[in-house]
Amino acid sequence: MYTQSLDLESKDSQGKDVQSKDSPGQPPTRLTDLDARQVAFDARIAADTKIEPQDWMPDAYRKTLVRQISQHAHSEIIGMQPEGNWISRAPSLKRKAILLAKVQDEGGHGLYLYSAAETLDVSRDDLVDALHTGRAKYSSIFNYPTLTWADVGVIGWLVDGAAIMNQVPLCRCSYGPYARAMIRICKEESFHQRQGFDALLAMMGGTEAQRAMVQDAVDRWWFPVLMMFGPPDAASTNSTQTMAWGIKRISNDDLRQKFVDATVEQARVLGVTLPDAGLQWNEARGHYDFSPLDWDEFWRVINGDGPCNRERLATRVRAHEEGEWVREAALAHAQRRAGAADDDRAAA
Amino acid sequence: MDAKQWPLWEVFVRSKQGLEHKHCGSLHAADAQQALHMARDVYTRRQEGVSIWVVPSSAITASAPDEKDALFDPMADKIYRHPTFYALPDEINHM
Repeated sequence: MYTQSLDLESKDSQGKDVQSKDSPGQPPTRLTDLDARQVAFDARIAADTKIEPQDWMPDAYRKTLVRQISQHAHSEIIGMQPEGNWISRAPSLKRKAILLAKVQDEGGHGLYLYSAAETLDVSRDDLVDALHTGRAKYSSIFNYPTLTWADVGVIGWLVDGAAIMNQVPLCRCSYGPYARAMIRICKEESFHQRQGFDALLAMMGGTEAQRAMVQDAVDRWWFPVLMMFGPPDAASTNSTQTMAWGIKRISNDDLRQKFVDATVEQARVLGVTLPDAGLQWNEARGHYDFSPLDWDEFWRVINGDGPCNRERLATRVRAHEEGEWVREAALAHAQRRAGAADDDRAAA
Repeated sequence: MDAKQWPLWEVFVRSKQGLEHKHCGSLHAADAQQALHMARDVYTRRQEGVSIWVVPSSAITASAPDEKDALFDPMADKIYRHPTFYALPDEINHM
């Protein structure tokens, strides 16, 4: 799963300042040192050479990456909830096992991304705290409810499909740990989309009520999915900079168009109608035209006023608080085990 | 160890017998045994490995990027270490 929040500032722009790696707390001794490092950094970016954790990087580059990678990680963790909702009510053991594996993957993806973010000298606790206090964002799509089993299939087909579209170019991102995490994630994401489509195919080959359930789910998810790619390019203030830094490779609108073009054929195979009367092949452009999106809804949802925002965050915070005893028990067990090992050595 | 923190571990996985362990990421765990089990859960869900190493991140010493030139430049002009430096008669050039 993915966050489109590349361009979106978290609420607290005066948030915790990230220390510069090379000389914490001290400015460079001469201005020319900084200039030389900037020139070297720019040359690396231009040559498509990866930036690694210990390398000098502009503070703004580091901050942008911390925000983007951590918000991506938050999206994965929050994204476990809408589908987790259906694990206990999956229609068969096969579907339950598949859904468990998918949700487990999302947790794992969050962990890969938190690890990548931590290479930029931030602590896991700080990142998690930013999410829990509402300072950090996550992908707007997870603020929508999963009302039926068909929603689970549609999430796999469309939400993961959109995520894949976003994530493949990120495998070429300039920051090494993020790129490597994305390669790992993309390998696993493909099954997510295929299992969703597979589940929907089964329903579309079923009863009239099942087909209607699939169509209803598509009707509700289609437009929110298209908004996963973020605001239109003209309204995307950070895109120019993130593209110049080699973090973002393809524009929001271009990704959105690619996704629409790829999905129309899939919808045809499935036998569902995409709920946009304006969706039409444009021979001159060589792409599908589609209706303008309701960006008011997008901003409302991303800023906290979607159907499930409060529930998603409350559930996450409660899980964290109710899991405190597990974290403490693990530490206590580790300490006891270390103590026993010391006793063995002393006795030997 | 700080009472409330799980320390950071680097994870290395050997994908197949005969290959080396490769670094694949990091995770937080309370001790080495936990780190191994968690590494199994996080990094080998699709049988990506036959062996896992976990190392406390604090135990890793890394060369400094700033010193890259000084560290590696001496190798640059010793091209006689490469087989292609030597031009031999065609008949026995397969050496």
